[in-house]
Amino acid sequence: MLLLLLGIVLLHVAALVLLFVSTIVSAWTSSDIGTSDLWTNCSIINGGYRCDGASTGEWIQAVQALMILSIIFSCLALFLFFCQLFTLQKGGRFFITGTFQIIASLFVMSGAIIYTVMSPEWVPDTDEFGYSYILAWVSFPMALISGLIYVILRKRE
Amino acid sequence: MLTLVALASLLVLATVPEPSQAIVIYTGWERHALVGTEVRLSCSFFSWRWTSEDVTFSWTYRPDGARDSISIFHYTGGMAYVDNKGPFRDRLEFVGDPGRRDGSILLKNLEFSDNGTFTCDAKNPPDIVGRPSSVRLLVFEKVPIQAGVITGSIIGAVLGLLLLIVVIYYLMRFLVARRVFSLNVSKHGKKKKEGSQQRQGPAPAVDTAKPKTSEKKKQESRKDRK
Repeated sequence: MLLLLLGIVLLHVAALVLLFVSTIVSAWTSSDIGTSDLWTNCSIINGGYRCDGASTGEWIQAVQALMILSIIFSCLALFLFFCQLFTLQKGGRFFITGTFQIIASLFVMSGAIIYTVMSPEWVPDTDEFGYSYILAWVSFPMALISGLIYVILRKRE
Repeated sequence: MLTLVALASLLVLATVPEPSQAIVIYTGWERHALVGTEVRLSCSFFSWRWTSEDVTFSWTYRPDGARDSISIFHYTGGMAYVDNKGPFRDRLEFVGDPGRRDGSILLKNLEFSDNGTFTCDAKNPPDIVGRPSSVRLLVFEKVPIQAGVITGSIIGAVLGLLLLIVVIYYLMRFLVARRVFSLNVSKHGKKKKEGSQQRQGPAPAVDTAKPKTSEKKKQESRKDRK
């Protein structure tokens, strides 16, 4: 029982950590001279780094907002899980925790989809997707599965 | 001890600068404007002296990427002299009030070539030592949205919605609980009345049977509530 609990919490925390890294590190696009998005464009010029703010278009701001919201909801889900662990009756399901975690995964999914569809407008074709983008896509199924587990799980003594 | 305090206070007083004679000039940091519209570049100054009659304002312009700046405006001796040969001829207007320490100019019909740095230099004799202040003009075809406006509004809207749902949920629970409680109270009151009426029933034969059932009912209801 304790092992199961530990496993579930670890999965949740792993998804949360991936979300944090994906949001904070500005490496959604990478080219041979630098990385850019979500927050800054950093390029290597003459041996030194030079960072500007990322383009201030509407779509990049929407992606920023969705990633931050997904982090907020995932943190709330973790907090609510511990609350429900101690207050739920025997046999009850962690509905609220699961809902919040599933909503967080939906936010990551929409953020990543918006970025995929809209980034060709400001990113040249020669640039590839960076590792933050990949982490965002990886954290989406992790958060979704974690949320579904919460919804299915029943509290035992 | 006392001498130490005296020495320290003397040191502090010595390092406090007396009202400096430097003039401080304020302009904006950056100005954004659409092509074809007009923009007001404001310039004002702070000086410890009263505004003298010989106050002067002068504006110079340095295009983006150029090294030299040209003079485009000068106010002195109560007269304003605007650019009549340079890039701003017929597009520059003086809208400031030197008496109120305001040396602002108005640029009309902006073009893309007006992108650059505008420097304002003001002198208030005898207060003439000061650093000119610069404002950057950015001319856009379409004014871009500031960074973070949409981000903040999306986050605020979703969190506000969440808060609203939570508040409504707790409100509904509270209201429903109150209604259920008042319903329970009225039911309990009715049952009591019925029980007492049956006890005072007319026929004694029926009397022996009915009180038992009413008592049974009462006991059952007591058990339920427990």
